[in-house]
Amino acid sequence: MGNCVCVITEFRGGNFRRVSAEAASEGRRIADVLGCSLCAVAIGSGTGAKAADLGAYGVDKVYAADDPSLEYYIAETYVPVIAEIVKKCDPSVVILPASVDGKDLGARLAARLDASLAQDCIQVSCEGGAIKAKRPIFAGKTLAWCQWEAGSLPIISCRPNVMECLVPMPDKKAEVEKVAVALPAPRAKVIGLELDTSGKVELTEAGVIVSGGRGMKGPENFAILEELARTLGGAVGASRSAVDAGWRPHSDQIGQTGKVVNPNLYIAAGISGAIQHLAGMGSSKFVVAINKDPDAPIFSKADLGVVEDLFNFIPALTEEVKKMKSTC
Amino acid sequence: MNIVVLLKQTPDTESVIRIATDGKSIVTDDLKWIINPYDEYAVEVALRLREQHGGTVAILSWGPNRVVESMRTALAMGADSGVLIDDPDLEGADSLGVAKALAAAAKQLNPDIVLCGSRAVDYDLAQRGAMVAEFLGWPHVALAISLECDGSKVTVDRPIEGGKVSLQADLPALVTFGGSHGIWNPRYASLPGIMKAKKKPIDMKKLSDLGLSGSECGAQAIKMRIASLEMPPQRAPGRIVEGADAAVKAHEVVRQLHEEAKLI
Repeated sequence: MGNCVCVITEFRGGNFRRVSAEAASEGRRIADVLGCSLCAVAIGSGTGAKAADLGAYGVDKVYAADDPSLEYYIAETYVPVIAEIVKKCDPSVVILPASVDGKDLGARLAARLDASLAQDCIQVSCEGGAIKAKRPIFAGKTLAWCQWEAGSLPIISCRPNVMECLVPMPDKKAEVEKVAVALPAPRAKVIGLELDTSGKVELTEAGVIVSGGRGMKGPENFAILEELARTLGGAVGASRSAVDAGWRPHSDQIGQTGKVVNPNLYIAAGISGAIQHLAGMGSSKFVVAINKDPDAPIFSKADLGVVEDLFNFIPALTEEVKKMKSTC
Repeated sequence: MNIVVLLKQTPDTESVIRIATDGKSIVTDDLKWIINPYDEYAVEVALRLREQHGGTVAILSWGPNRVVESMRTALAMGADSGVLIDDPDLEGADSLGVAKALAAAAKQLNPDIVLCGSRAVDYDLAQRGAMVAEFLGWPHVALAISLECDGSKVTVDRPIEGGKVSLQADLPALVTFGGSHGIWNPRYASLPGIMKAKKKPIDMKKLSDLGLSGSECGAQAIKMRIASLEMPPQRAPGRIVEGADAAVKAHEVVRQLHEEAKLI
């Protein structure tokens, strides 16, 4: 153990996803502290052509597993390939994004390598060469610093939208080693894929989110939030109340049993602020809350609170944003 | 069909969490314990599979004796029997160690399918299912929001960023559950169910019954531990925006977001 930091990137639809850049940047930062190199795993279909580009994030060497059978993540194909690469490069720590596939891959890979995984981490420290990772537990009510026993390989998945994405060497090309892929037919396979083509931003990776709760009173009223989100270039989320009422799909739900989000700006309209909702958006950098009830708990988590009827306020806010943008 | 559900007992999500004096554990004295909601979805699906295919549903759990209460709730929902790994040598184990013990216990039950939640609402490490599947040498599909099973293969939908993907796995396989209460609607235990549950068998197992020892999966074997706990940073108190009406307040909010917070 100890030759390098190894980052496992996520490749989809012919490109590395932004979470890969975040993980690679964090890997580079850790490698610099530890005084070692940064290697990356690029696994998917078409990774060979793009692998060298990871050099921009400070990656020194990429192990590229490129095969049509790897187009979609399946644990049975990805994990054996990645485990072999990890054993080969013998890292002192493995980093990967805590994306949907990343969390699953990290878990099965950890078991394969007889290692322990800290999931969904928001900070990594390596003082004195000892790796520690901080992660939320109990829906973010507490933060835990995890540490590994001497001789154990730390595997760390990083929460999306938290680690700073740095591009220190935009023109650097990483060294690429192609890895042979010869797998038995897996017993699980992808049989269908439905992707939203409207271009809407994934909530867990959005910089701006406008979210609605029970105060929206009905599904058709979310149109005013969609208009505001469009004006701000953001995504629309919902509280559990709105989802349980059938107004919005579960994939829009923010909260303890929904998604955890970290936008720069979170606008909560008609959301009371139950503890389980706060668990999902509490780490938003700036929160604006609109609610008719001045005692709504959401105001305790808001940087700016507006005690107003959201049906008057939201359209007015959209107007003001448009005016501001037109004068810039 | 032999169905096994991995069930974890967790504190209620309304619980106030306090850091203990050792600075690295939480105070558990006054917590209310429940079935981990995501495991409850697994129990519901297990019961539906038994309704469809016949067979048995066994609840497999681990931990101290208070866990029996949550297992009885699952039995009251309709599960047939339980196995509890209750061994002081497993105390303080990490996820990897617990997964080894669960896989060994599951193997003894000879299941066709193993079901569990994708994550637990306490430590939220989201790894038990994948790890148990690895130790069983089975395929697994994670974060299911729908499930169909014809007896020889299982088909699930799972969400991914920007959409959803459909996966199919040949049995035996392990499935973990995502989604929500609204999607799975786990049944409530009926009064007759609760009465029947008292008589359903729960086997207690030690690690040695599973061919394992504490040095392989207990506290001595842990790879990762919690070094310390801290409370999350307190947000600086916010301000209520003043103004004569919505339009005035909207103008002020945009001004602050643009000029002060520089967010738009």
